[in-house]
Amino acid sequence: MLLRLLGAVGAVLVVATVIGRVLRARSSPPSETVVNLNQRINAWWVMAVVFAVAVVTGPAGTIVLFALLSFLAMREFVTLVESSRADHRALLLAFFVALPVQYALLAVQWYGLFSILIPVYAFLLIPAVLALAGETTDFLRRTATIQWGLATCVYALSYAPALLLLDIDGFDGRQGLLVFFLVLVVQASDVLQYVAGKLFGRHRIAPRVSPNKTWEGFVGGVAAATGIGTALWWATPFSPWQAAAMSLLIAVVGFLGGLVMAAIKRDRGVKDYGELIPGHGGVMDRIDSLVFAAPVFFHATRFFFQ
Amino acid sequence: MSGAVAQSRADAAVAGSLAGLARLLTGAVPVWRGPRSSDRPRVYYANHSSHFDAVTVWAGLPPELRSRTRPVAAADYWEKTRLRRHLAARVFRAVLIDRAGGGPAATQEMAAVLREGDSLILFPEGTRGDGREVAPFKSGLHHLAVAVPEAELVPVRLSNLNRVLPKGERVPVPVIARLVFGEPLAVVPGEPKDAMLTRARQALLALEER
Repeated sequence: MLLRLLGAVGAVLVVATVIGRVLRARSSPPSETVVNLNQRINAWWVMAVVFAVAVVTGPAGTIVLFALLSFLAMREFVTLVESSRADHRALLLAFFVALPVQYALLAVQWYGLFSILIPVYAFLLIPAVLALAGETTDFLRRTATIQWGLATCVYALSYAPALLLLDIDGFDGRQGLLVFFLVLVVQASDVLQYVAGKLFGRHRIAPRVSPNKTWEGFVGGVAAATGIGTALWWATPFSPWQAAAMSLLIAVVGFLGGLVMAAIKRDRGVKDYGELIPGHGGVMDRIDSLVFAAPVFFHATRFFFQ
Repeated sequence: MSGAVAQSRADAAVAGSLAGLARLLTGAVPVWRGPRSSDRPRVYYANHSSHFDAVTVWAGLPPELRSRTRPVAAADYWEKTRLRRHLAARVFRAVLIDRAGGGPAATQEMAAVLREGDSLILFPEGTRGDGREVAPFKSGLHHLAVAVPEAELVPVRLSNLNRVLPKGERVPVPVIARLVFGEPLAVVPGEPKDAMLTRARQALLALEER
């Protein structure tokens, strides 16, 4: 089932690639939007293949992929927010202890510790390590920054592969489909909000935070992503109505994630978190919605279906 | 010391993996403002704020240039332990110079490497700074330019390395670094030492803006 769904994603990308190439051939010289569109589609191929390989190889591949994404996202986050010399040890703790342990707990299926490692233990240990470093300037700001980076880039994102731990009646061994469902709805919502915004966008939601986010784009993108999620109900443990509600939840919360991460970028005066993904920006620019949607989708599914 | 040091296959593999590790930690994608390669030996001179600087510049070079580029490093640091000695001599093929003695002997050693056709990575500030300011250059770069006029002096601007591995720390933190290779410095015959050093430093500072 997973392979067929991935094949469908591939088919969508083939169509997108053809459209992108046709637009490029028709406009000479190609406009900036067309160049960016083609770059984005090319990058989508790479991302889709990486994701497909990860989910097809099962829990190990999925956990490794998300651990790597956490690493890259937190590297972008720490680079962007500026760290001081006295933060060094606390950052080592975040990168080389908290991050790998969080994902190792998924591998050994220790949900209890997984859910509190960062909100309890890292929360207390990070300020302790910073205090031991002896620098008091901006102490609370520096502490909060590192904790926030860990909470979003590592803790929140790790809820996507944590879906593999859910024990749902009649759905055992197929939890990978939940990861696929989450990622597909989040990314479809992002892309369709962008498309709907370009086509119909007039009223901006928060012009200072993100000039490209409009009410028309939001409503159109969320509705379309909800439709796609609903159409996939047969691949999930949900009924069509439940799949619709879950998709709506994922799309709306994902939107909020994008908005929050955009606010950080504006505050720091940059357009993107990085340059790793051509046409998209950094890893964080691509997963900002997922970071917010993953824990909410996980807990909604756990509460109602486990 | 300056003669080309034989590198075993194992050491070459270690060198390759260290370059990969450096790129994984710093994510530095090198930006080339000038030509990537040249048929003349080069002195890549960079600002200095971290022990990670040399490996970052070195890892940022294309492999075929990297194998012919040798970092210049302080003998007092790199000869302290067996591991460091091995890394310096066999893996990085560093040119170790005596910071205290310095002067003509060091210049001669570096010049000899350039005349053999290899390139150098040099930190003309002489010591690591805090990452905010670039200190005035020591005169070594000028002496070297006079001794080997055919060598190209290429400014290399490093940013954020002081955050990857600040002074006094042992384990690097993953922070994205910036690494910009500039145009080779133009040669001005008969230019006085101070003017040349100031110009070289300005060329490096100018690489900061995007």
